[in-house]
Amino acid sequence: MSTVRLLVGTRKGAFVLTADGKREKWDVSGPHFAGWEIYHMKGSPADPNRLYASQTSGWFGQIIQRSDDGGKTWFQPGTPPDETTGSEGTPRGESNKFVYDTSAERGAPLTTHQWYDGTQHPWEFKRVWHLEPSLGDPDTVYAGVEDAALFRTTNGGQTWEELSGLRGHGTGPQWQPGAGGMCLHTILLDPKTEGRIFIAISAAGAFRSDDAGKTWKPINKGLKSPYIPNPEAEVGHCVHHITQPKSRPELLYMQKHWDVMRSDNAGESWTEVSGNLPTDFGFVIDVHAHEPETIYVVPIKSDGEHFPPDGKLRVYRSMMGGNEWEELTRGLPQSNCFVNVLRDAMSVDSLDKCGVYFGTTGGQVYSSADAGDTWAPIVRDLPAVLSVEAQTF
Amino acid sequence: MIRVVLPPHLRGLARVKGEVTLDIEGTVSVLSVLDALEAKYPMLEGTIRDHVTRQRRPFLRFFACEEDLSHESLDTPLPEAVASGKEPLLIVGAIAGG
Repeated sequence: MSTVRLLVGTRKGAFVLTADGKREKWDVSGPHFAGWEIYHMKGSPADPNRLYASQTSGWFGQIIQRSDDGGKTWFQPGTPPDETTGSEGTPRGESNKFVYDTSAERGAPLTTHQWYDGTQHPWEFKRVWHLEPSLGDPDTVYAGVEDAALFRTTNGGQTWEELSGLRGHGTGPQWQPGAGGMCLHTILLDPKTEGRIFIAISAAGAFRSDDAGKTWKPINKGLKSPYIPNPEAEVGHCVHHITQPKSRPELLYMQKHWDVMRSDNAGESWTEVSGNLPTDFGFVIDVHAHEPETIYVVPIKSDGEHFPPDGKLRVYRSMMGGNEWEELTRGLPQSNCFVNVLRDAMSVDSLDKCGVYFGTTGGQVYSSADAGDTWAPIVRDLPAVLSVEAQTF
Repeated sequence: MIRVVLPPHLRGLARVKGEVTLDIEGTVSVLSVLDALEAKYPMLEGTIRDHVTRQRRPFLRFFACEEDLSHESLDTPLPEAVASGKEPLLIVGAIAGG
């Protein structure tokens, strides 16, 4: 029987939740890295027991952890398990090191970015928001960081190198931090078009590379953001998350700061599909594993009030690719609920029926084994959940 | 033998309990202690001082013998009591939330 494993990152550690294909009884392990913020964990599609975790702290900086046994044991790449001293020839603590490319030979000169007050500000590395293992090689992983940039490792996380063509695009002076910082939070590796990568940055917008990350173009036509000087600018939009059905990767769905959007042409243009949502502000958006037109969002009241409208936690599902939405409430609290669901905290499994999962800032992780029709909490009292990733194997 | 007390998060990262001990030849300073500490526990690289600037992370402080040494030059010799192992060097996380 299949296994579903949920990798849950929280404000105070990591948790691994495991169930069989029925998805009724869950084993909970953790906290791993207790006391540390775990922004994101993700497994390799090519080797489900190869996991990567972003462990971070305002005090102690960035750590990358890796597991080769499905989360039972962890180590910092380059520092093998039970060895406190790096052996000769192996990187020593280099897996923690994210250094922006300042070389002149990499193309366009790199820039400053816009600060909260509109002045220009140098790039300063803060943390890794998102780890995206390659589709075919467990040792190759992309990392989206704050201040926004894209890094890649090809040696299992031992060393990281910036793909600086993104910051070298030249629009950097127009990028600015959102409330959570200036983060590169979404990385989508196209399963059909080799070398095509989508990324999204708050608050710069979405970008696409068709040459494996060497060069990039903004893909924000159709976005309208009244909170920036030019609401239809090429860059500057606060994109919260993007998702993509694996079977139709030219189809993209976006939860923007406000507005739910879709693109049918790999981001060349976007149309709004907020339709009858009670509010189109939110952070998460995800797509059914087998039905490219079935999508999920969790509407949040506003940018100033990060909780569900009316204190009712509701997932909204559209089975028509947007515009027409139905509320899903069975098993979710429908009074006095004032949690948030952060941008990387929803995921789907690939079973039939598709399982849908999300975590809240109140520490609950909810599960639906029937594509959203009914919900139940797996755990209720974790630290605030930052990310949820589902694995199916 | 130099004694160093790490904050709990870093003890967990280095997989040690209690104080760590280091052997240092020559001048005992914060700089030589950090060099020796990172050589023995490479997983700590970047956690106490920034990878690029090599400066102390802003939310960390260095104390010894009831004195705040955080703003001394990194190569200033540490007190004799630390150099002789009588007193530990304390690496302390700022009490700023958590």
